[in-house]
Parts: sequence; C-alpha cells; structure tokens
Amino acid sequence: MADVSIRNVTKQFGKSEVIHGISCDIRDGEFIVILGPSGCGKSTLLRMIAGLEQISSGEVVIDGRVVNRLEPAERDIAMVFQNYALYPHMTVYRNMAYGLKMRRMPKDEIDQRVRNAARILELSALLDRKPRQLSGGQRQRVAMGRCIVREPKVFLFDEPLSNLDAKLRVQMRLEIRKLHEDLKITSVYVTHDQVEAMTLGDRLVVMDNGYAAQTGSPLEVYERPANMFVAGFIGSPAMNFMEVTVQEGGQALKLPGDIQIPLNGSALPGWAGKKAILGIRPEHMELDSKGPRTILFTVGQVELLGADTLVHGHIGAGQVPMTVRLPDVHRFEKHATIRLSISQEKLHLFDPETKKRIV
Amino acid sequence: MEKRVVFKNRVLPYILVAPQIVVTVLFFIWPASQALVQSFLQEDAFGTASAFVWFDNFADLFAGAEYLDSFRVTLTFSSAVAGAALSVALLLAVMADRALRSATVYKTLIIWPYAVAPVVAGVLWFFLFNPTVGMLAFFMKKAGLDWNHTLNGTQAMTLVIIAAAWREISYNFLFFLAGLQAIPHSFIEAAAIDGAGPWRRFWTIVFPLLSPTMFFLIVVNIVYAFFDTFGVIHAITRGGPNYATNILVYKVFNDGFINLDLGGSAAQSVMLMIVVITLTVVQFRFIERKVHY
Ligand SMILES: Nc1ncnc2c1ncn2[C@@H]1O[C@H](COP(=O)(O)OP(=O)(O)OP(=O)(O)O)[C@@H](O)[C@H]1O
Ligand SMILES: [Mg+2]
Repeated sequence: MADVSIRNVTKQFGKSEVIHGISCDIRDGEFIVILGPSGCGKSTLLRMIAGLEQISSGEVVIDGRVVNRLEPAERDIAMVFQNYALYPHMTVYRNMAYGLKMRRMPKDEIDQRVRNAARILELSALLDRKPRQLSGGQRQRVAMGRCIVREPKVFLFDEPLSNLDAKLRVQMRLEIRKLHEDLKITSVYVTHDQVEAMTLGDRLVVMDNGYAAQTGSPLEVYERPANMFVAGFIGSPAMNFMEVTVQEGGQALKLPGDIQIPLNGSALPGWAGKKAILGIRPEHMELDSKGPRTILFTVGQVELLGADTLVHGHIGAGQVPMTVRLPDVHRFEKHATIRLSISQEKLHLFDPETKKRIV
Repeated sequence: MEKRVVFKNRVLPYILVAPQIVVTVLFFIWPASQALVQSFLQEDAFGTASAFVWFDNFADLFAGAEYLDSFRVTLTFSSAVAGAALSVALLLAVMADRALRSATVYKTLIIWPYAVAPVVAGVLWFFLFNPTVGMLAFFMKKAGLDWNHTLNGTQAMTLVIIAAAWREISYNFLFFLAGLQAIPHSFIEAAAIDGAGPWRRFWTIVFPLLSPTMFFLIVVNIVYAFFDTFGVIHAITRGGPNYATNILVYKVFNDGFINLDLGGSAAQSVMLMIVVITLTVVQFRFIERKVHY
C-alpha cells in the first residue's frame, strides 16, 4: 500500500507532446479513475506510472520514492491489461505464480498465495486450464489474480472490462469494487466508460487531449463540471448547451425564443449584457404545462427506453437542438410542442471564450 | 451441408490437373521408381547385363563401414547446419525485432543471401577460405591458425557447415522475425512488470511462444542440410578430404556417377527417400496442430 504522486508529468513521442503536464495526488488506498475519450492519453499516463513508457518531464512518486528511473519490476506495481496479456502457454496456476517465481519466493508460499487468490476469485477449479480454455470473464479474473498474488503497492488497470459483454461488465465492475474494499490497495483505473468511472472511482481525473480537465469525486464532477468539455463528456445523454444573454443587472438569463429564467439570487456581476453558454442536463427538465416560466420545446425523435423516454427536439426559432430525459413512458407526436420547466439549481453557465465554468 | 463446385464437364478437371501430374510423374514418380527398381538390380562390370538381387544392395550398404560413416558425417553436418543457422538467425531476429519494429530495410537486406544459389555460395566461401588466395585463410594464417581445408577434415567440415548454414540464416531469420512480431508486446510488458529481466523474459515467454516456428524450421533446415547441400559440397570439398564431408546426397552422386555403382547408389537414394518421407510425415503431423502450447 502506498500513496502515489504525479507531479507535472509530460510525455512526448518524438516531437509531438501528448501529455501536457498532469498533476494528481493519490492517497493510500484510494481508487482513482482516469476518464477520457479515446486518444486523450489515458493509457500513456498509466504506462508512465507503470514504467512501460519513459517520463519526458515531471515526476512520479510511489510511496515517497521518485520512480522515474526505476524499471517496472522495481516499482512494485501490478497491471491488468486491456487484452489481459495472460501467458498463453502457461496454465492459470503458472500465470499467477509467474511474478512470484521471478521474485524467487519459496514454493510453498507461492502455492499458498495462488490458491488463496484463486479462492477469492472463484478460480480454484480452473487452475490447470490454459488461458484459451477460459471464457472472457474468467480470463479477466485470472488477470486480476495475477495482480493480487503479488500484493503490490499499486494496482493499475487499463480498460480491463472493455472486452466483456455488457452484462459481464456490470458484474465484474461490482467485483472489482468489492475486491478493492477488501484489499484497500491504491488503484489507478483507466476507462472511457463514464458509468464505470462514476461507480468505481473514489475520485475521477477527467482527461481532455493530454490535459487533466478536472479532478474530483464523481458527484462533484457531475454536479459542478469545471468546463464545457467535462460537462459534455460526463452524463448520458450529453448536456444541452445553448447561447444565452445575461440580462442587465445580471439577475436573469435570456434564452433563445425570448424566455427569461431568473438566476436564483446568485447575481453575475460583470456579466450583465454579455453572452454566456448555458448547460442543462437532459434529466434536469420536466414536463410542466402550467408553470409561469416554461420553455416551448418541439419534439423530433423519441426514444423509448422503458424506464425513461429520451426526447430529441429543438427550442426557439433558432432551432437550438435539445434532448430531454423524462421518467416513464411518454408518447409524443412528431413536431408536437410541449412545455418544459428547468430546475434552476441545476443550471450550468460557461464562459464562451475560455469554456470554463462561471462561478 | 457440404458445398462444393461440381464440374459438369468430365474432361475439364483432368485437363486442369494434367500439367501438375505430368511434372510430378516425369520428375518425381518416374525417377523414383527407376531408383527403386535399380536398387534391386546389380550390373556386371561392363554395364551390359543386370541381375535381380533382392536386398543385396541394401545389405552391402550396411555391411561396410563406409555408408555408416557417411551417415554419421551427414548427421553431424545437418545438425550443425540446422543448429548454426537457427541460432544465428534467432539472435539476429531478436536484435532486429528490438531495434526496428517497423522498418523493412533490414528485412530485405537479410534475405539477400537466400537469393544466392548454393553453388555460388559455395564458391564464394571456397574463395574466402582458399588456402592460397583466400582472404579469410590469409587472416587466419596471420593469426597463427594454419588453415587448409583441403587437407584437414575438421576444417573442411567447418567450412561446408558455414557455407551451408549461411544461406539458411536469411530464411530462418524471416520466419523468426515474423514469429517475434506476432507476439503481442503486452506479454513482454506483463512479464517485465512481473519482475522478469530480458534474459528470463526471452526464455520463459518469447521462446516458448516461438516454439511452433522453431519446430517447423528445424524440420525444414534438416531437410535442407540432408538434400539441398549437394551444390555446396560439390563446389567446396567434393566430399573430401578423405570422405570427411562425404554426406549422403553427395555419396549417392559419387557412387552412382563417378564410381558407376548404380545399384548401390540407387539403394542409397531409396534410403534417402525414406528419410525425407519420414520427415515430411512428422512435419505434417505437428504442423496440423499449429499452436501446441
Ligand atoms: N508509441 C507511440 N508513438 C507515438 N504516438 C503515440 C504512441 N502511443 C500513443 N501515442 C499517441 O498518444 C496519444 C494518446 O494515446 P493513448 O494510447 O494514451 O490514448 P488513450 O487515451 O489510452 O486512448 P484509448 O482510449 O483509445 O486507449 C494518441 O494520440 C496516440 O496516437
Ligand atoms: Mg488506451
């Protein structure tokens, strides 16, 4: 067990920089999820922590020791790869024992640890199988077992669930969480799946194109996204954005279609008369035919999900596209107009220039 | 449901396979059967009459020390050729794999030796090591090593092994390199995290994963050393000195065409045929199960 510090780490491949200085302090026993779209540099960051990729500048500190120049083996970390990377010519047992054997651990202790891990992961009956004789979920468990037996300071996961089907993914997600609660080993988990990120992480690092856009607990990131990228990336379907004008006095917003929404007491000094970007999550609007300040919404496509209904459409004359998520089943005619109200506490405002949140 | 193309025309399929059949019959079946027949016959000293002698020719082979000697020489030769060609190629492939996982320049360079005909390769090495004019022989003499493969059997053997192995290296290299590149990098990374250094990673992960390639190449190399090295021997040593490099294929030629013992030579050919058939069967048996880890 150990804490991990990432200090202003950058990475260049040749001339192109793909990580532009990321810092993050991970506490002992914490489960950190690095979340971001494909190609934003998540794996690269993780591989720098693992020692599989050289660190161009900055420092990675594990348990108080700068590990920049240490080999992967000397960093006392374990990693679950996306394709599991189980040694195909070894049995499950030997796959799990390999790391211990390389560290010259006595045979009986290896045996004890492997069997113990196999018991925890329900692999005991499969110890003599080769990886190709296992299902995807079982392989996944073996890959985790290979990490557990080592009792490392840090676990690293690189999209470990992305090769599994949806149902198994949910199940393994819970197992990983449970395992973490039992073992309390500091973990860094890379994924592009926000549900995984929200459910697994104690904290998230949301990455955007080589930058850490925001670091915080899942709820913080959801409720107070630091910029438009995070706001749009977290939450499904994505947040609706529209250009609004802040009224004189900074007390209200003027939406497309001449709708005014008062700001709940929180005036915006300095923004009066200026344009801003308003963000509303699809789930933060509701049907409201009588309210005083409703907005008119023209229905386009409707998706019935059973528990919810997603309505895609637009508002105002400027045809600003918008998606609404309504609980329960609703059947709307195409081109019908419905009235929606917006919960005022759930509004997000962003600076159109910097894309940052306006506090 | 089995789906197969059915030819309406009864003649066309036969016409289509005819060229292959003609070639096989003309250049393999016919000479092979001739050799088989010949191996049961014995000609008189003038080549005018021949008598059917059952297995006498074969019995003669195994009665004298000469044939068994040649067998021993062949075994030494082919295992040394296969061993040298495989290990050098593997070493080069590992280095190439490490150095340039993408570039293709090296690959094309290293295949060049393979494009050189065995006889030419033999002549090249013959000149390099020629005791009077050879560059390498010259340098070895300078270094205090008395090189004369025309007199020294061990040196002659060394030379033909080098010449024969040299050509196989490029072929093996390509297979090894392809095999190495097919191993996902994450296995090696996982092993590195598991605490295995480069040496142990190679022997515990890479080498076992290369074993299908290795097995295939061992058989191919032995077949090559057994049968395809006639040119090398003929160009460099002609089986000498004192039969030190008289491998089986060369002996077939020597006994048959130089010493005109056609029956004995044919019997040797049949023996070689048995060897190659055995190797081929072994090859197919194991190659069928392509991945055997
Ligand atoms: N070895 C490399 N050489 C050059 N560029 C690289 C190399 N590895 C990664 N990159 C680049 O770095 C960027 C980040 O890659 P990385 O693999 O970290 O993305 P990722 O966030 O893990 O994406 P994904 O979710 O698709 O796995 C990409 O633009 C990629 O092209
Ligand atoms: Mg990745």
